[in-house]
Amino acid sequence: MEFSSRDRQKHWRLAGDRREQYPHSLQFYLEPPTESISLVEFESLAVDRLKLLKVVENLGVSYVRGTDAYKSKLEGELRKLKFPYRALAEDDYEARRKDHISHFILRLAYCQSEELRRWFLQQEMDLFRYRFNELTGGLMQKFLEHVNLSFEAIDEDLKNELANELSVSTPGFNLSKVKEQMFYKVGLADAVDLFRARRVYIKDGFAYVPFKEIDVLVLNNYRTKLSKALALTARSLPSIQSDERLQPLLNHLSHSYVGPDYSIQKNTGKISLDQIDALSVKSFPICMRQLHRALRDNHHLRHGGRMQYGLFLKGIGLTLEQALEFWKKEFIRGKVDADKFDKGYAYSIRHSYGKEGRRTDYTPYCCMKIIMSNPPSQGDFHGCPFRHSDPELLKQKLQSYKISPSGITQILELVKGMHYQLACQKYFELTHDVDDIGFSLNHPNQYFTESQKLLSGGRELKKEFNNSGNFQQKNNSQESINSSSTPTSSNTKADTELEGLEAYFTED
Amino acid sequence: MAPFDPAALPELLPVFYRRLFPHGPYGRWLTYGGVVKNYFQQREFSFTLRDDVYLRFQSFGSPQELERELQKINPYKIDIGAVYSHRVSPGRRDRGSAGVPGRAEPIPSLLQPNQHNTVHLGAFQPQEKELVFDIDMTDYDDVRMCCSSADICSKCWTLMTIAVRIIDRALVEDLGVRHRLWVYSGRRGVHCWVCDDAVRKWSPALRSAAVEYLSLVKGGADMVKKVTLSHPIHPFIRRSVDVVEKYFEEYALVGQDILGSPEKWDKVLALIPEDI
Repeated sequence: MEFSSRDRQKHWRLAGDRREQYPHSLQFYLEPPTESISLVEFESLAVDRLKLLKVVENLGVSYVRGTDAYKSKLEGELRKLKFPYRALAEDDYEARRKDHISHFILRLAYCQSEELRRWFLQQEMDLFRYRFNELTGGLMQKFLEHVNLSFEAIDEDLKNELANELSVSTPGFNLSKVKEQMFYKVGLADAVDLFRARRVYIKDGFAYVPFKEIDVLVLNNYRTKLSKALALTARSLPSIQSDERLQPLLNHLSHSYVGPDYSIQKNTGKISLDQIDALSVKSFPICMRQLHRALRDNHHLRHGGRMQYGLFLKGIGLTLEQALEFWKKEFIRGKVDADKFDKGYAYSIRHSYGKEGRRTDYTPYCCMKIIMSNPPSQGDFHGCPFRHSDPELLKQKLQSYKISPSGITQILELVKGMHYQLACQKYFELTHDVDDIGFSLNHPNQYFTESQKLLSGGRELKKEFNNSGNFQQKNNSQESINSSSTPTSSNTKADTELEGLEAYFTED
Repeated sequence: MAPFDPAALPELLPVFYRRLFPHGPYGRWLTYGGVVKNYFQQREFSFTLRDDVYLRFQSFGSPQELERELQKINPYKIDIGAVYSHRVSPGRRDRGSAGVPGRAEPIPSLLQPNQHNTVHLGAFQPQEKELVFDIDMTDYDDVRMCCSSADICSKCWTLMTIAVRIIDRALVEDLGVRHRLWVYSGRRGVHCWVCDDAVRKWSPALRSAAVEYLSLVKGGADMVKKVTLSHPIHPFIRRSVDVVEKYFEEYALVGQDILGSPEKWDKVLALIPEDI
């Protein structure tokens, strides 16, 4: 596939001989894309890949990789998001192009810190492993040739000659198994670990690796390449960061939540205030149940708690009037008098409903935001209990919620593995008495909606919320785009504004 | 032959470096045919002088320049280092080097000694190095009775022969190496310098993998049985055993007399698995 002159190359692009550009459904992402692309597409491609990688992450924890359940779910997601899922699909160009471009965009977002790099690398590896193992033998061979991994399969004659040595050198391979399986001649550098441990036959500077172990080699190769590329990308980041259009997008991607943002309420007014106590036990995720309890007990919540819980309530359908009534009634029971409430707290509630100041409609926090930013300190009740509570205290809390001991153990295991959202999913399953939560939890309001759906037999609350998760909706003003879709950045700004108001009060 | 007397070295070394040291072949080897530009010039040498004075980051414009320096300073020991990305030369002491008196460890600096420019340390990198195996007689102290530590004799030198043959076979037949230089290290062992083009570029991971591939003995003074084999044994081990078998009877049974007394044969029995 060689292009002898630049003219021909240009012609080839214009003519759309697109199959040549992506001859395989799989790639090592060695060459960055060179076309021009609109900001809209830039964003949507990246968001889709991020959704995919999050699914990969979740599936990796909920299922054993490589099992049928895992594979079918992953394939389903690939189809849904229009990524390449079948190696031989005819008109795969769009999917392959999307795969190519979205990978490189996410590199920009995820090269910036060790933690981000590690996460990105892990998910991309898992995705690659799945897609590589789905290739047939012939396609695999073609792919290896394409990426210049000189793993040549040895021919039958050579294999027969070496059969004894191969069976003696390769654990788990008796003579008959050697005869069945393909063996590959691989350079020592590509099979370092097998070489080091004497688990393969070594001759003349080559290792003779059975097919069974090939995917490990390919994966190691991929990991090395991607790891190096990420480090390199990080070094050239400053020039990208100076582009004002891209920087907010990239920032958002690495902290982002990509589901419904629960900002447009179709269900406002459907909840009455006297239902909240019951709802907090039945349908609130543990973080909001905790906040509600703290509010009832102390007749007060500090700023972080008011934001997290207040926006959540807005998301489940509380109107501004209801919210004002709700908070005032509770605060008055405490040390705040009506006047003080109206002058200070009421203002900030109206602010968060978009009726004051900048009049931006703030969005309820997603799990990622709650877990990663603004950790609670002494006297706070916000945050994610799975993330921010001491395991012993969490255990006690779960016991007080009447969760079974085995359930608690499972939850604590997940917490230990830092799978906070999965722990919450398990909490959902235990409190709703279902085996499989049926969705991937990313947002407290999602928890509420799904819970209500389950409890009312699916008839009531339909998912009427805006599903795009995209940033282009509403107004043209840069501000509202930022605020409706980047809870991270906008809420920080809002926080600082409200912080100023806090000084108005003598106590927090 | 008179026993070696270190005190005689200051007198003998100048003679050695003028009459005996193989400057010609040495220089030709390290130039590698001049195929890569500045390969010799960017090689680091270290010298140990009398009283343990240690000089690092020496480099030379030509083998002749090296020869002249050797004849001038008459080092007790020469270490060949890596080939770096730039020429090296010692910088001034006051530029933050480890200022231990008598141990001038200068930081690397760029090019001519009279420039004293320092290269940004990130850019200054070792690029290539031969893979060197160092076999030391003292590693065999638990299987030789005739000598210990720095002493060697014709009886235990057989061990060295066996080791050289095992490793050399593995290097050539298994690792596909062609260019090896085996040299007596000067005291109680041998060095093998693997000089193949590809091997000089091997990563640290690959080097350590090669060493592990060749290793069988694991454990120190607190392990009696340091080698554990399982069935089937890897061809590397089998072929190494074949080498050993040629020498075993003469070396162990006759020379070292390993079954000559109850204590000795108890030691042997401790190494054999129970079920035999």
